[in-house]
Amino acid sequence: MKELLPEVDAWRSAGNRVAIATVVKVEGSAPRPVGASMAVSSAGDLAGSVSGGCVETAVFEEAQDVLRTGQPKLLRYGITDEMAWDVGLACGGTIEVFVEPVTE
Amino acid sequence: MTGLAPSRVEIQARLEEALAGRVPVAVATVVRGGQVGAKLLILPDETLGGLGDATLDAAVAGDAPDLLAHERSETRPYQMAGHDDPVEVFIETFPPPPTLLIFGAVHVAQPLTRFAKALGFDVVVSDARAKLATAERFPDADRIIQGWPDETLAEVPILPNTYVAILSHDPKFDEPALIGTLDTPAAYIGAIGSRSTNEDRRRRLADAGLAPEQIARMRAPIGLDIGAATPEEMAISILGEIIALRRGRSGGSLTEASGRIRGEPGIAAAIR
Repeated sequence: MKELLPEVDAWRSAGNRVAIATVVKVEGSAPRPVGASMAVSSAGDLAGSVSGGCVETAVFEEAQDVLRTGQPKLLRYGITDEMAWDVGLACGGTIEVFVEPVTE
Repeated sequence: MTGLAPSRVEIQARLEEALAGRVPVAVATVVRGGQVGAKLLILPDETLGGLGDATLDAAVAGDAPDLLAHERSETRPYQMAGHDDPVEVFIETFPPPPTLLIFGAVHVAQPLTRFAKALGFDVVVSDARAKLATAERFPDADRIIQGWPDETLAEVPILPNTYVAILSHDPKFDEPALIGTLDTPAAYIGAIGSRSTNEDRRRRLADAGLAPEQIARMRAPIGLDIGAATPEEMAISILGEIIALRRGRSGGSLTEASGRIRGEPGIAAAIR
């Protein structure tokens, strides 16, 4: 989260709301460790990553929802049977991602 | 939480203040069960905010120092009275960043400073030669010290998370830097130079009275064996060696290795 502060500050200064998504739990293999995070703004900006590409798009959409409602969310992504069609991790692990609004 | 509870904006502001001041800090957030989203900021001497239960606050604040010491963040379950399922709290730690102290504001030091900043190090560049130790040459450095190694060592504390790269290629800088750092708790001390330079260097350090185990701490020639030829490649070779040490690995190719790909954070701190 620390490395995203410049972006977060810039987006907030520009008058946008910001949500931060953080990997809070990893089971098995996952592309990024606990603590990896990604910031999303209400203007559609995105910085950082929670999985190296596998689930970022889905987390981005969830973050927009969090910004709309103001309610944090805990998301869980695991390996999927239909990798081509669904969102999941190709490396076989499961991650939990907590998404919360930065501003009130 | 009472109506006087500090706002999340206030917690965020105090967190950023602690990060800027290099104060070890942790932030705990309820992620499942209980008051999801509630936050507790844990500073060395105080806490701010709350997780919705004073007992939980105390338990989490008690767990944070150990996680900080091991540079780990994790979600932990806490069994609470009145809850069937445990309350899960994500404790994110922010240990102060490691410092890379570079002796010799030489060409290699430029990409080394740039890349080390990208890796999250605080970078200090030291050289007595005023033409070399300039902000123009090192725009990314946190601090540039124009001075001799002993003057620099009087100003920069050498801590267990200090990494030292000695790059000046000149014994009158290199040797005082080595003698001044080999008996400190520095995590890493690497020195540039050919194999023959390093044989001479080891001999002179022994003549200067350093114990064999102190001399053995010196990583010289500095860096991993990747055939680095340019200043940028040498910087990566040096940082590769530093990362491997921090994560407790040898620095070989993953193709030839088995076991976990990702190193444990803070393993070097744990072994020391």
